Amino acid sequence: MHTATQILENEFLEVRAKLLEVAATLDRIDRSVAESAPLDTGAQSSRNRVDEAIRILLEEGPDRAEQLQRFFSHEYEKDWRRDMEI
Amino acid sequence: MDYIDPHIHMVSRTTDDYATLARMGCVAMSEPAFWAGFDRGSADGFRDYFRQLTEVEPKRAAQFGIQHFTWLCINAKEAENVSLSRDVIAMIPEFIHCKNVLGIGEIGLNKNTKNEATVFLEHLDLAVKFEQQILIHTPHLEDKYQGTRMILDMLCDDSRLDRTRVLVDHVEEHTIDEVLDRGFWAGMTLYPITKCTPARAVDMIERFGGERLLANSAGDWGPSKPTAVPDLIFEMRRRGHSESLIRKVVYENPIEFFSQSPNFSFTPRDAGSDPAS
Ligand SMILES: [Zn+2]
Repeated sequence: MHTATQILENEFLEVRAKLLEVAATLDRIDRSVAESAPLDTGAQSSRNRVDEAIRILLEEGPDRAEQLQRFFSHEYEKDWRRDMEI
Repeated sequence: MDYIDPHIHMVSRTTDDYATLARMGCVAMSEPAFWAGFDRGSADGFRDYFRQLTEVEPKRAAQFGIQHFTWLCINAKEAENVSLSRDVIAMIPEFIHCKNVLGIGEIGLNKNTKNEATVFLEHLDLAVKFEQQILIHTPHLEDKYQGTRMILDMLCDDSRLDRTRVLVDHVEEHTIDEVLDRGFWAGMTLYPITKCTPARAVDMIERFGGERLLANSAGDWGPSKPTAVPDLIFEMRRRGHSESLIRKVVYENPIEFFSQSPNFSFTPRDAGSDPAS
C-alpha cells in the first residue's frame, strides 16, 4: 500500500486536471450568461448545488465521496410502502 | 490474469468485443436480462430475447473460449407496464431450466415507482418458488439512494430469502455499506460518468475489504467499456495490492457467488490436461 505522500504525488496532476475542468466549465457558463441570458430557475438551482458540492470538498473527514453522493440524491422516505400502498 | 465479468450485456456488444475480452483474460461472464436498447412491444419479444440469452450468446462466447451464463426477468425500465411484466414473468419458467441460467435478474427499480415495486415483488415470488438466486439492478444518479433503500426494505421484509444468494448491483459510496451490512453480496459497476470509476471501486475495496464484493463492466447500451474489469485489475496493481486480493475480487468471488446456483458448471481454464504426446 502506498503512503499518503506517494498517493498525492501519483494523483496530483490528475486532481489538478480535474479541478481545471471544473473551473473552465464554470467560466464557460459565466461567459455565456454575460453574452446571452441568465440561467433559468432549474439551471440556477443546479449551479447552486455545484457551489455547495465544492464546499463539501473543503470539509475534513474520511467520507467526502459518500457525502457528495448523498448530497446529489433524493431523500429516502421510510414509510414509502405505506404511502404507495404496496 | 483470468477474470470473470459478473454483469455484462453481450447482446449489445460486437463479436470483436468478445475477441478483445478473451485476449484480456475473461474466461466467463454472466449476462442479466435487461433493456435491449428499445422497449419491446410484447411478451413474444422477450421470448426471442430469452432465446438469444440462452442459445445464441453462449455459442458466440464459446467461440472465444468464454463461458456464458445468464439471468432472466423483465427489467425495471420496462416493468412500468405491469400487464406486460406479468406475461413475461409467466413465461420465464419455460426457460428457467436452460443450462446457463443462474437465476432471476436483473430485477430492481429504475424511477422508484409503485409499478416497478409491484413487479419487483412478483419477481421475488418467482425466485422463491423456483429456488433461484437473485441479481438486482439499483437505479442511477439521484434515484440510487432512495431506490436502493426501497429494494433493501422489500428484500429484508421477505423472510423466505437467503441473503447470501442475492446480489445487489451498481453500489456506490453511499449504498455499499448498507448492502454488505445486511448480508447481501454487492456489485460495483465500472461505468463512465453515471456509476463508478476503477479508482473509486478500488477505494471501496480498500474501505470494505474484498468479502462479498464483485466488480463488473455492465457493457450495455449506454456509454460503457466492456474491458473495465481489466482496468480495475490494473488500478489495484498500480496501488500495490496483492495478486491474491485482486484474484479474489475478479475471479474467486464470482465463482463463490455463482456456485450457489446448480447451473453454474464453470470449468477453470487450468483444469484441462495437455493431449498425450
Ligand atoms: Zn445491467
